[in-house]
Amino acid sequence: MKWTRRDLLIGLGGLPILGAVWWAGAANAVGSRKKRSEILEQLNIKPSLPPAVPGIGGDPVRIGVIGFGIRGEQLTRALGFATEEWKEEMRLAAEEDPNNKSLEDFEKQERLNVKLVGVCDVFDVRAEKFIKSFSTDDNKIKRYRTYKDMIHSGEVDAVVIATLDHWHAPMSIEALNNNVHVYVEKPMTHTVSETYTLRDAAEKSDAVFAVGHQHRQTLSFSTARDIVEKGTLGHVSLIQTNTNRNDDNGAWNYDIHEKASPETIDWEQFLGSAPKVPFNKNHFFRWRKWWAYGSGLSGDLLTHDYDRLNCVLNMGIPASVSASGGIYTHNDGRNVPDVIQVNMEFPDFSTGSSQTKGKEKGMTFCYSATLGNGFNRPTILMGHDATMELGNRLTVWPDGASTRYADMLENGKMDPNVPIYQYDPASRATDAVSSATSQYFADKGLMWTYIDGVRVDSTFLHMREWLSVIKNGGNVSCGIKEGFDEAISAHMAGLSWKLGRKIEWDAASQRLKPIEGVDFDQVLLANENWNIQPEMVG
Amino acid sequence: MSQNQNKLKASVVLLRVFIGWHFLFEGVVKMYNPEWTSFGYLATAQGPFEGLFTMLIGDSTIGWVDTLNIIALMIVGVTFILGIFERIGAIVGVGLLALYFLAHPPFPGLAQMNVEGNYWLVNKNLIELVACIVIYQLPTGEYFGLDYLRKNKLKTQEQ
Repeated sequence: MKWTRRDLLIGLGGLPILGAVWWAGAANAVGSRKKRSEILEQLNIKPSLPPAVPGIGGDPVRIGVIGFGIRGEQLTRALGFATEEWKEEMRLAAEEDPNNKSLEDFEKQERLNVKLVGVCDVFDVRAEKFIKSFSTDDNKIKRYRTYKDMIHSGEVDAVVIATLDHWHAPMSIEALNNNVHVYVEKPMTHTVSETYTLRDAAEKSDAVFAVGHQHRQTLSFSTARDIVEKGTLGHVSLIQTNTNRNDDNGAWNYDIHEKASPETIDWEQFLGSAPKVPFNKNHFFRWRKWWAYGSGLSGDLLTHDYDRLNCVLNMGIPASVSASGGIYTHNDGRNVPDVIQVNMEFPDFSTGSSQTKGKEKGMTFCYSATLGNGFNRPTILMGHDATMELGNRLTVWPDGASTRYADMLENGKMDPNVPIYQYDPASRATDAVSSATSQYFADKGLMWTYIDGVRVDSTFLHMREWLSVIKNGGNVSCGIKEGFDEAISAHMAGLSWKLGRKIEWDAASQRLKPIEGVDFDQVLLANENWNIQPEMVG
Repeated sequence: MSQNQNKLKASVVLLRVFIGWHFLFEGVVKMYNPEWTSFGYLATAQGPFEGLFTMLIGDSTIGWVDTLNIIALMIVGVTFILGIFERIGAIVGVGLLALYFLAHPPFPGLAQMNVEGNYWLVNKNLIELVACIVIYQLPTGEYFGLDYLRKNKLKTQEQ
């Protein structure tokens, strides 16, 4: 047999093409991988692993729940107890959308060594729902008429407080003084003075005190801390964080229960130290809209964003805060603003610098919120060397004028438009998020964290940590120090908005710098204006 | 007539080699990138077969799906470029493209994700699928490819 050149050309002509394509594909894939690993090696960022929590051994922790509203139910679920109504609702939701895994996730949640022993809620329907759902033959759940009855009963080891803001501190203080452990929702307090009283009580008490900033369990935030500590971003001069919601739920216009009446609600107890006003369903279910019981955007949502960043940067209380805004989207009788911009100044804070010593120092934390638009504005940390988007996912882009990455940018190994680091623990999980408000929280990393690609309720982790510290000692990740920082910063924002002026913090004396003729607590509590009417205080 | 035949064959060869080129490159890039996975593509599947595709993303199945996808891409690539067993390659290609098409069909009412143009019912996956049918109907390995040697040279040797 004789093969001519023509035969070879026709028969084997494909081979060089095959070789070329193969080579190009391999070089392309290996090359970009090499470039990436070179960057990663230089950055040396280590994705955080879930913390190992010592088990909750011994007798179950006896828990009393104070406030079984929307958040109270969520916290009770995190403890491992869901009402039949919720399970049914989630079952139907999963039927409609197979990606809705709320019920499945709940059922897979690890069982905590706790026993629900009591409930305290001023609304009969909620207290009865709690008892009907969780009372069993060998564990009869008691309803306590007041939080004091519950705390002094000797039957509860720990309380979970999910009430209106103005009840947070009095209840926490009462529990701590009686060595009953406390898990309290944010904001930790409603006035400046009770923030100090609560801090004293927590420091003196043998009980464990935890504030419900569950995002401290979110792994992306601990990874973000590693990124910042390694100087990846350089000197961060500005942080932008935002709230954007545009729905009734997000504007705190929650459903009003049909059975609500002066007969089913202990109105006097609900009001507590708040101005004496006649029974009002709107106030009862939508209390977040009034300064008397809540604290608006600054106490309700800014606290999340502030503590998220305080957990990453540990920047503490700002030297000064100025805020502005108004009631621009929901003029429905509320007196808390629905649009607010808060600028917090940290003139002495630095995340490190890649430039000449002394050139960079100081940072502004800018919180911008509206309840009239749902466009997603992510949280960004803006450093001289890089920018980081912070949420459940993390993305870091190099800055075109970075000093640290100048060489890599120059020789094309980095590009300002191409992220140098991405952390997406959920890349292998499918989520269905049911409402706009939960999407808002989920995007911010406030609802879930991901462990090995599996979605875990961060509130569950936060409560598990609290229970573990109760049994084994140690520190909670959001205790009185973190709660104090959060509460003071939030109050400074509220005060600044109400007074229309800058509020300053004196770090040396650990006090707000006084303003002549102004009683800060009166301003915070006042409803219509800061010049409080004596008859309103009651 | 025979000149027209030659022109047609040359055009089909070009089509065959380019499709092979496309498939092989996709396969090789994926093979050399250990982090690549079809998870995202399948997880976001929509249309009438959405359930079928999302079934494939389990922990136990996704590895197989990824490996089979790479193997299938390379079979099409190698057979088309080398011009041998191209009918087998064409069948594999049609199957693969049908799956890609059905996972994200350009049907009205479905959101088009990660596409660079505008499509209604017909998209580039479907066109490439039809091109694979043409390759199946008009094998050209004998005209340009290893089949030329297999059929002409090896056969003569046997005689």
